[in-house]
Amino acid sequence: MDRVKTSTLTGAEIVVRCLQAEGVEYVFGYPGGAVLFIYDELFKQDRVKHVLVRHEQGAAHAADGYSRASHKVGVCLVTSGPGVTNAVTGIATAYMDSIPMVIISGQVPTHAIGLDAFQEVDTVGVTRPCVKHNMLVKDVRALASSIKKAFHIATTGRPGPVLVDIPKDVTTQSCEFDYPQSISMRSYNPVRKGHAGQIKKAAQLLLEAKRPMVYTGGGVILSDAAPQLRELVKLLGFPCTNTLMGLGAYPATDRQFLGMPGMHGTYEANMSMQHCDVLLAIGARFDDRVIGNPAHFAQNPRRIIHIDIDPSSISKRVKVDVPIVGNIPDVLDELLKLLRDSKPQDIGQWWKQIDEWRAKDCLRYDRNSTIIKPQFVLEKLYEVTKGEAFVTSDVGQHQMWAAQFYKFDRPRRWINSGGLGTMGFGLPAAMGVQLANPGATVACVTGESSIMMCLQELSTCKQYRLPIKIINLNNKYMGMVRQWQQFFHGNRYSESYMDALPDFVKLAEGYGHRGVLIEKPADVEPVLKESFSRKDELVFLDFITDQKENVYPMIPGGKGITEMILYEDL
Amino acid sequence: MTRHIISVLVENEAGALSRIAGLFSARGYNIESLTVAPTEDASMSRMTIVTSGSEDVVEQITKQLNKLIEVVKVVDLSEAEHIERELMLIKVRAGQKEREDMKRMADIFRGRIIDVSDNTYTIELTGDGRKLDAFIQALDPASIMETVRTGTSGIGRGNRVLRV
Ligand SMILES: Cc1ncc(C[n+]2csc(CCOP(=O)(O)OP(=O)(O)O)c2C)c(N)n1
Repeated sequence: MDRVKTSTLTGAEIVVRCLQAEGVEYVFGYPGGAVLFIYDELFKQDRVKHVLVRHEQGAAHAADGYSRASHKVGVCLVTSGPGVTNAVTGIATAYMDSIPMVIISGQVPTHAIGLDAFQEVDTVGVTRPCVKHNMLVKDVRALASSIKKAFHIATTGRPGPVLVDIPKDVTTQSCEFDYPQSISMRSYNPVRKGHAGQIKKAAQLLLEAKRPMVYTGGGVILSDAAPQLRELVKLLGFPCTNTLMGLGAYPATDRQFLGMPGMHGTYEANMSMQHCDVLLAIGARFDDRVIGNPAHFAQNPRRIIHIDIDPSSISKRVKVDVPIVGNIPDVLDELLKLLRDSKPQDIGQWWKQIDEWRAKDCLRYDRNSTIIKPQFVLEKLYEVTKGEAFVTSDVGQHQMWAAQFYKFDRPRRWINSGGLGTMGFGLPAAMGVQLANPGATVACVTGESSIMMCLQELSTCKQYRLPIKIINLNNKYMGMVRQWQQFFHGNRYSESYMDALPDFVKLAEGYGHRGVLIEKPADVEPVLKESFSRKDELVFLDFITDQKENVYPMIPGGKGITEMILYEDL
Repeated sequence: MTRHIISVLVENEAGALSRIAGLFSARGYNIESLTVAPTEDASMSRMTIVTSGSEDVVEQITKQLNKLIEVVKVVDLSEAEHIERELMLIKVRAGQKEREDMKRMADIFRGRIIDVSDNTYTIELTGDGRKLDAFIQALDPASIMETVRTGTSGIGRGNRVLRV
C-alpha cells in the first residue's frame, strides 16, 4: 500500500479527510448525537459540501440519484439508531440496482454497544442483507483504511452500497492519519477481462444467428459501456432491447431499438425475446419482471450468450450456453475486435417479422380523450424537453409510461428504482441528479401517492435552489395497485383510492415553490413549455389525469413473456 | 437433491460467520451442519458447510459465497475424492449391568471411553456422519443421556489442497 503521511488527527477529522481525499463533492445527511464530532469537522471546512435532507431516506435516495446521474460515488451520513433505520429503504434501493454508495453511520460508543444504549441499533446486522459490504470500526487506527476499502468495494466489480459504522468514541480518539492511495485485498479481486475462448465462441454464435436479439440491462449503464454497445449493434445490424434499468444504453430513437422488454414491455421486444435463435444478454439478469415465467421462456430453443461482471447473475434463472464473466466494456472491446471484419447472416426475414410485430402499435392510446391521458403528458414532456432531460421517477403506472414514452437516447438520463420498486424515490433522487448536473433540466415523474412518501424534501429543494420540475400524474389512485385489482381482483379497489388529497398547488406554494394545476389536454403543452422555461424555480405540475387508464401491454404475474394483455384485447 | 460439502476459507473477521449464515437463510439454502475454526494462519478461518440441493442451487451457493467480501476461497469438496469426519461425545448409562456391553459396543465402533463415573461412560467417537448415526442406532435409546456432535469437517484426498 502506498500511503500519504500526515499528522495526528481525531477520528472525526479522519472521516472528513478521507472524503476529501476521495474527491467527494457532496455528502447527503442528517445530524444526530453519534455523528456530532463528524458534523463539527464538516463545519470547519468547505471542500466537502453537506446537503441537509429532511429525512434520512431522502439522504440515501439523493446520494443514489447523484451517483446514477454522474457515475461518482454517492455518499451519505446518518446518525445511529433511527438515523440508520430511516436510511435502510434507500440503502436497499441502491443495493437492488447495484449503485455505488458509501454510507457513514454513527454508532453509540464502543463501551455502550450491546447494552441497549440510547439510539443503539445493530446497524451492521440490520443492513447486512442490503449492502454489498459493511463494517463496524472499533479502532480509530483502522478508520482510514476502512473508508478506503468502502470506496474501493463500492466502485469495483458489481457496484453496490457499502456502510461504515463508526462509534462515537472512535470519532474523538486520535491516531496518525495514513490514507492509503490504493488497496489490495486477497479475498476480493473482481475480474475485468473476459475469457478469450468464450468471447470467440460468442462471436461465432452471433455470426451464425438467423434471428438474433440483443438484450441489455443496468450493467451496461453502470459500466459505461453504451458506446461499445452502440457500435456492436450497428455493426451487426441486430435488434436491441433495453430493460427498465438499461434504458438509454442504446438510442431509443434508432430503428434497431425495439423498446423495453418485460411485464410492461413492447409487443415487439417480448416477441423477439421469445422467438430469437441467439440471445446476447449484457449486464442483465433475466429477472421475473423481464422474462416472466422461466419455464415458458425455456419452451423456445435459443442459444444464450450472457456477459456480466457477477458470476452469480449467470445461469441463476435461465440456463446460459456461453457465460462470459468480465467488465462489460472490456469484453465488448474484445468481441468487437473479432467481429469488425466478419459478416453476419442476412437477417432480412427476421426484420420483416419484427416489423410485423411492431405494426401492432402496442403503445396505442386514445388520443381524442377530453380527459388528460398520462401517456399524452409524457409524450409532450419528451417534446418540450427535446428528449434531453434527466428524468427520475417514482413507482407505479407513471413509471412505466415514462419508460415507454420518453425516448432516452443517452445513458444515465433515466433514473428509477427498478429492483426494489421504492415509492418515494423520485423526488430525493432528482435532488441528487440536479446537484450532479447543475443547469441541466431535471424532471421527476411521479404519482400523487408516491410523491407523498418523500414530500418533505420539497424543503431541501428550496434550501439548495434545485429547479426540479415535478410532473405529478394525479389519477387519485395508487394506479398500479388499482390496475391489478381491476384485472385480478374483480374490480375490488381495496384501499387503493387516495382520498383527502392535499391541494398540491398550495402545498408547493407552502414550501416556497410554484404550483400549477392542469386539467385540460389543451393546457398540457403550453404549461409544460412555460414551466420548463423557468430555469431557477421548482415547479410542481399537478396533472389531473384519467383515473381508469391502464398500462399496456401487460404480462400477468407468473405468465410467459408472450402472454401479453394488449390494449385492443379489452 | 444431493448432499454437498462446501469448504470455505474466510478472513477471520468479526461478522464473517453471521454474513455466511445470513446468506443461507436469506436465500433459502439448507444447512445440515456448519463448522468453523481458525487455520494454521490465524488471520483465516476454515468453514465446512454441509448442504443439499440441486446442481443449480449448489452452483448458486458457491457463487454467492464467493461474492461475500470476506470469503477468500470456496470449494465443493464433494466434487472429487475427499475425506469427511465428525466427532461425537456421547454420555451413556453404564451401571454394573450395562458396563460390559457398553464397553464392547464402544470397541466395535472404535470409540474411546474418556470419562467414567459410577453409572456413566462418556464415549468419544469419530467418523463420518453415518458411522456416528449407526452407533446411536445400535444403542438402546434409554441408555443415551446426552450427545454432542461437531458437525462435519472435510478435506480433499491426496494432493488436493485448499489454501491461498
Ligand atoms: C414504498 C412502497 N410501498 C408500496 C408499494 C406498492 N405499490 C406499487 S405501485 C403503487 C401505487 C403507486 O401509486 P402512484 O404513486 O399514485 O402512481 P400510479 O400508479 O397511480 O401512477 C404501490 C402502492 C411500493 N412500490 N413502494
